[in-house]
Amino acid sequence: MTTPMLQAVNLSVQFGGLKAVNDVSFDVWPNEVFSLIGPNGAGKTTIFNLVSALYRPTSGEVRFEGEVISRMPPHVVARHGIARTFQNIELFEHATVLQNLLVGRHCHRHTGWWQDLLFTGSVRRAELEFRRQVEEVIEFLDLQHYRDSMVVGLPYGVRKVVELARALSMRPRLLLLDEPSSGLNTEETEDMGFWIEDIKHDLGITVVMVEHDMSLVSRVSDRVLALNLGEVLTLGTPEEVQAHPGVIEAYLGGVEA
Amino acid sequence: MHFLFKTRYEQDIALFRHGGQRFWYAALAVALVAAPWLLSEYTLSQITFIGIYAIVCLGLMLLAGFTGQVSLGHAGFLAMGAYTEAYLQANGWPFVISLPLAALVAGITGIMIGLPALRVKGLYLSIATLAFGFILEQAVVSAEAITGGNAGLQLNKLVIAGIDFDDGTNFYYLVSFIAVLCVLGVLNLLRSPTGRAFVAIRDSEVSAQSMGINLAHYKTVAFALSAALAGIAGALYAHKIRFITPDQFGFLQSIELLMMVVIGGLGSIQGAIFGPAFWFVVQQLIVTGKDWLPEALGQQTGLQPTVFGIILVAIVLFEPLGLYGRWLKFRTFLEIFPFYRKGMFRRQKSYMKSERMK
Repeated sequence: MTTPMLQAVNLSVQFGGLKAVNDVSFDVWPNEVFSLIGPNGAGKTTIFNLVSALYRPTSGEVRFEGEVISRMPPHVVARHGIARTFQNIELFEHATVLQNLLVGRHCHRHTGWWQDLLFTGSVRRAELEFRRQVEEVIEFLDLQHYRDSMVVGLPYGVRKVVELARALSMRPRLLLLDEPSSGLNTEETEDMGFWIEDIKHDLGITVVMVEHDMSLVSRVSDRVLALNLGEVLTLGTPEEVQAHPGVIEAYLGGVEA
Repeated sequence: MHFLFKTRYEQDIALFRHGGQRFWYAALAVALVAAPWLLSEYTLSQITFIGIYAIVCLGLMLLAGFTGQVSLGHAGFLAMGAYTEAYLQANGWPFVISLPLAALVAGITGIMIGLPALRVKGLYLSIATLAFGFILEQAVVSAEAITGGNAGLQLNKLVIAGIDFDDGTNFYYLVSFIAVLCVLGVLNLLRSPTGRAFVAIRDSEVSAQSMGINLAHYKTVAFALSAALAGIAGALYAHKIRFITPDQFGFLQSIELLMMVVIGGLGSIQGAIFGPAFWFVVQQLIVTGKDWLPEALGQQTGLQPTVFGIILVAIVLFEPLGLYGRWLKFRTFLEIFPFYRKGMFRRQKSYMKSERMK
């Protein structure tokens, strides 16, 4: 393996006087689960927004398989095979679960709106193919029961899974999970852990996640990057990071007061 | 109540979900065909107007109800269609060519007006379209050479392939036919990736673009299609009225169109037809009821806007899904009688949306 899947090179972003991310560099290798941890305001979600190009870096760049993606518009980044979920769930609420997942197939469409207007044979065939692919994800995540439910009526835990399913429907090569276990109960968190492992092993998708639940992090992650105040504290295996004095200090506070 | 046993994915993309729907829509089609024999000439003319307005509302629904971009300048697109049609007809173009051209001209205007939609959102977009509506109206007044300015423009008799469409019945069939085609087109759009992209943009722009949806492209398409539908309706409107002046396409017209869509029910195709139908029925009731009211009330100038204003307020307060929502509830009530509960359609608004980026 020569090029990393995802590369952040001296990434910095500044909002006014606040340096949210300051000179952060890391590599994510294919088929690993890479976690970002750190206390609130460490810049984890900001890094996600930089990778999915919702923000522009003040300096530095993000590379995906060697190609610079931090100057592209977000929808082009998505077409490169990067899917993401959001911390507070950004589903299309007034649509069914099925429709949400089908939106995930959007970047694989090859019909234009004029064909859609007439619902031509190629649109019909593509729709059926999309449906078949989406059904695979539904089966993978056990969502059969919710297929035709409107998202507005679903409980939080299910929404979280639907959002994961929508991201998987894109058949991405890189999956960004922003706090996959937040708001889930212990059982649901457990399931999420199994799914992340399956996503890595069975689907071969590289996962980058932001997570606060350290037991989940140490269970599924290959490597962990700890951040504080926009800067890298340490990078290593979950055990190494948890034992790092800087990380303990960032979470619990220093000795001197 | 229908319990559908689904065995094929095709069933989920079919236009009609089950035999019952097929039956009722066939019945509707028969009623539309039979209407000229059953109804008076005046009623038929009113239904023709409903058809024309349904086409505009369909466009506005696509834009406001499905893509979430509220336009306050739709009368401008209507005007573009009407004047293009009038101009082309005066220059001897046949209807089969001039109608698509009217749609095209309106559609291109729609793209121009949609450009701010790529930058501004919500209320600010509405204000921008409002301004464009005024500009278009003024442009029509100023371009006297083509539009006849405030003096208005007279249209010739509409004759297609030797058939006189000035006749009420023939024109009714023409409008119904085009309206049905437009409805089918929009339905097709909504069951395909384009329609899903529209809904995605409406519900969350942030995640729409993270799903690979090009916001600029789809917003532009939504504006163009919406305006094109208004253009078609404008052309038909011009032939129906046979005399067009700029003040028919003013700000009030835009507001009325938006009100029809809201009353009909945002986010439903049926709503785009219920809205104008309800509008014309109530209008008729007001005209008829005027004489029954005490003179001080019945002869007031602002009677009609007041009534519609009250209806709008009532809809927003009690039935945000509009007439279609009311119909949905009524139908559910019948289907599952006697198990209907009052709170069945109440949705909990509980989860916070993540803080919007940018």
